[in-house]
Amino acid sequence: MDLFEYQARDLFEAYGVPVLQGLIADTPDEAAAAAAKIGGTVVVKAQVQVGGRGKAGGVKVVHSVDEAREAASKILGLDIKGHVVKRVMIAEGAAIDKEFYFSILLDRSNRTFLSLCSVEGGMEIEQLAVERPEALAKVPVDAMIGIDLDKALEIAKAGGFDDAMAAKVAPVFVKLWNVFKNEDTTLVEVNPLVLSKDGQILALDGKVSLDENADFRHSEREVVNIAKVDPLEEKAKALGLNYVKLDGEVGVIGNGAGLVMSTLDVVAYAGEKHGGVKPANFLDIGGGASAEVMANGLDVILNDPQVRSVFVNVFGGITACDAVANGIVGALNTLGSAASKPLVVRLDGNNVIEGRRILAEYAHPLVTVVETMDEAADKAAELANK
Amino acid sequence: MSIFLDQNSRIIVQGMTGAEGMKHTRRMLAGGSNIVGGVNPRKAGETVDVDGTQLPVFGTVAEAMAATGANVSVIFVPPAFAKAAIIEAIDAEIPLAVAITEGIPVHDSAEAWAYNVAKGEKTRLIGPNCPGIISPGKSNAGITPWDIAGAGPIGLVSKSGTLTYQMMFELREIGISTAIGIGGDPIIGTTHIDALAAFQADPETKAIVLIGEIGGDSEEKAAAYIQAHVTKPVVAYVAGFTAPEGKTMGHAGAIVSGSAGTAQAKKEAFEAAGVKVGKTPSETAALMREVYASLA
Repeated sequence: MDLFEYQARDLFEAYGVPVLQGLIADTPDEAAAAAAKIGGTVVVKAQVQVGGRGKAGGVKVVHSVDEAREAASKILGLDIKGHVVKRVMIAEGAAIDKEFYFSILLDRSNRTFLSLCSVEGGMEIEQLAVERPEALAKVPVDAMIGIDLDKALEIAKAGGFDDAMAAKVAPVFVKLWNVFKNEDTTLVEVNPLVLSKDGQILALDGKVSLDENADFRHSEREVVNIAKVDPLEEKAKALGLNYVKLDGEVGVIGNGAGLVMSTLDVVAYAGEKHGGVKPANFLDIGGGASAEVMANGLDVILNDPQVRSVFVNVFGGITACDAVANGIVGALNTLGSAASKPLVVRLDGNNVIEGRRILAEYAHPLVTVVETMDEAADKAAELANK
Repeated sequence: MSIFLDQNSRIIVQGMTGAEGMKHTRRMLAGGSNIVGGVNPRKAGETVDVDGTQLPVFGTVAEAMAATGANVSVIFVPPAFAKAAIIEAIDAEIPLAVAITEGIPVHDSAEAWAYNVAKGEKTRLIGPNCPGIISPGKSNAGITPWDIAGAGPIGLVSKSGTLTYQMMFELREIGISTAIGIGGDPIIGTTHIDALAAFQADPETKAIVLIGEIGGDSEEKAAAYIQAHVTKPVVAYVAGFTAPEGKTMGHAGAIVSGSAGTAQAKKEAFEAAGVKVGKTPSETAALMREVYASLA
């Protein structure tokens, strides 16, 4: 998951990366209080996980407490590319001499880590990569060795820093590596990293992405997510389901990430013939499709007011189809009259004959069993378009 | 023939005595795999009865190899201990290690992979977060149901477990030489290209099905590799056309970041390389049946 700028700032500070004072505020009065506490010129910065906030009016430099209150009242509630600002950071102002770029990220393609560095900062990195690719150094980082001072100097020099400046930024790079490694992140980016007029190196803005697979190593970490979370996604997460809300009419339940992604695509194709209906969600119930998991899944999907039909697509590998069929029966019994939308079920693989027999015998008026995935998607799309 | 796994494979299971390890050891044995032992330092010296087969438990992979001649390890240990288990397998220089475990932190996978590279890649790592590898009629190292399809001339490589099963099922009348699930994590040991190269060299494999999904650039690299090096017919399928940007779709690696890693880009890369791409798994299987019929 991605951190907000103020969370990245706090993390940097905890690792000794030089940052300026920054306080969060959720109301104009809190912003005024923060500005008074910091004193002097401050920057009011929208906390949103999307680029281009400066151009959208989400960043304002102010010189008094009243101006800070005024700026915060304009920025809070602002819609920046669909992200509504709920929180601002009041940051100490800086007199900037030069701007640089530095990041460490996961390089999937080469199965290693990569550091990007440029003495030419201050613009979006994508833009720099396109317009001045020779100015952006890309230095592989060995996962076992990481970035020590020698490596940091190598990266800085590759990024165009002269010897004196490289010696100044390199210790900061080492600290940023410590953040990257010890916090189990997949991205640490500082843009801009600056040289202030009084000669300090400062991380003025940061992006950090955490690897959720490593949460077990960071039980002390409480990451507050102020981003807008879909209520159905929240409910699914609480039930331990792997669910992503989409904009469509056909609810989808399947087993295995690849099969579910494929099911969404097949539903979208089928929808082209049925009024343009689309898949409503991604929901992977994984290997074991117990009645409880199936009931939870159906419960989430049937609570989506957009959903008009549901497609249950299971290939029984480890999971036996009779267990899945029993899961559906149990779920429908549990849900009772709450199950009000048609269900199209396609079962194949392990114990499919018994699975289909169970559903035939149950003969629920809302359940249609269809033999192939493509035909079942077509049926579900047709029912969603009725 | 087959790739990476055959009737001479002697398999040990790291984490055999755990619930998942035991369940799948039982299934692998039932499917005819030659399981020769397990590894669990806390139960070293014990013998486990698995449906009548007596399996010795060893303290380390190296001890298990020395005692049994094992050349394959299947790893079922939980995410927190998976890196150590993989590194132990690499240290023992076992020729093939198959990491089934889902949910390993990517820093751990990156370190394990860097370790393998530093040691000269004497171990072929498959996975993590994968169903494993099966050469029907010969051996099965992982969690793929052994009875979906029999032996035949189609090689299958896939990022997804259930899509592997689905495709084996669709092509069961032709049969499979080897089906390999390479896994859905951002960092994996065996890539689409590694499998393509091995299938190209395997005389028993006559045609190849490649299954990809959103995220990363493994499919794009595979397309370029096919164009340059693969003379056997390849049919591809890519999942995730409807996946929104920035959302992880079940697999840790299945994410479209900005404009990178889209299904559309992958499909276009395959088509530019002359590889037919099916719109659905069934259509992909139908394309393969056509291709195979034209070979005869």
